[in-house]
Amino acid sequence: MLISFSLIAGFDIFVNMQKKIFYILLVVLFSNCKGEQKVSLDATEIFKSKGVEIPVYDFESFKPLLSINDDKTRVINFWATWCKPCVAELPYFELINSRYPDEQVEVILVSLDLPKQVETRLIPFVKRQNIESKVVLLDDPDADSWISQISADWSGSIPATIIYRGNNVNFYERSFTYNELEKELKKVL
Amino acid sequence: MKTLKILVVFAFVIAISAFAIDKVSVSKTDTGYAIGDIAANFKLKNIDGTSVSLTDYDDAKGFIIVFTCNHCPYSVAYEDRIIALDNMFKPKGYPVVAINPNNAKAYPEDSFDNMKARAKSKGFTFPYLIDEGQKIYPQYGATKTPHVYVLEKTANGNIVRYIGAVDNNYKDATSATKKYVEDAVNALLEGKKVPVEITKAIGCSIKV
Repeated sequence: MLISFSLIAGFDIFVNMQKKIFYILLVVLFSNCKGEQKVSLDATEIFKSKGVEIPVYDFESFKPLLSINDDKTRVINFWATWCKPCVAELPYFELINSRYPDEQVEVILVSLDLPKQVETRLIPFVKRQNIESKVVLLDDPDADSWISQISADWSGSIPATIIYRGNNVNFYERSFTYNELEKELKKVL
Repeated sequence: MKTLKILVVFAFVIAISAFAIDKVSVSKTDTGYAIGDIAANFKLKNIDGTSVSLTDYDDAKGFIIVFTCNHCPYSVAYEDRIIALDNMFKPKGYPVVAINPNNAKAYPEDSFDNMKARAKSKGFTFPYLIDEGQKIYPQYGATKTPHVYVLEKTANGNIVRYIGAVDNNYKDATSATKKYVEDAVNALLEGKKVPVEITKAIGCSIKV
């Protein structure tokens, strides 16, 4: 009886240890992912104004964002303040951002506004619309060199969106309604 | 257990086919001209009230067709360079013909009156046409502004020789290291093959 008890206790300790190792692994994994994101956070410049912060990337520093291999689904939307269909669908991306938990879905709004319009147009827009999703600026004028790296199907017209999780990547050169966007999101969730 | 396996396989097949259908629908949007195609002629209203057609240009050796507009900052960024292209190549037989493909209802900034105003203030040296009814841009397959098509005039019609961007730096003309349109037209003038036939560029969607 005593032996079996101690066996069970031993087993319990063993399970607890396994749990601990699991948690440690998780933390390592998580911080690794964080680390990976940090690579992408290697911004060439950061615009700060009116409490809004917008990091600027060239394509090389932006690229890691397109292939983060954690369990999170990323919705990456290419847009600009002057692009009417882009602005029209932004609320749907915001809704996805607020409806899904951060650890499950991350929405990243990649602005293609010209850098000289960041302070005059982009930041006031983000502020006025209370945009809560992450907004970054992709500033890399040699577009022909990177558009095809984002998707062979992309002509360069915006709006355009990537929804991906791990190796499951879908690209869209089109506008969305909320239901259409959510439907596409659920395909990779 | 076996049923579960079958179910999993079944779900997998559905998932794959859903993905495949998606891929097909994406590539379907790739319509319009390819290099070597004969481009359709058009007759569109110019800002001066006249109609302009490619057949009006008896002496032309070809054309630099630019789908552009007022509202798009990428188009605006290229205006001076488009004027420079016209100045450089009109005397050599490759005039610029600009077409605004946008629906003014969606973009009031791109209305006919605003096109006139913009052409005047920038001193456009080329026709600035309106694609009324938005019929021409889908034939060409223009998806955004600015979007350039270099055509070579031949006995068989105007052959598409280049599709894409003006150059490889939308921000700064002096930093552009590849001048795609200039290189294409120069090659055609020398009877050579266009070095880079297709490029991609960021631009504002024409379709709203």
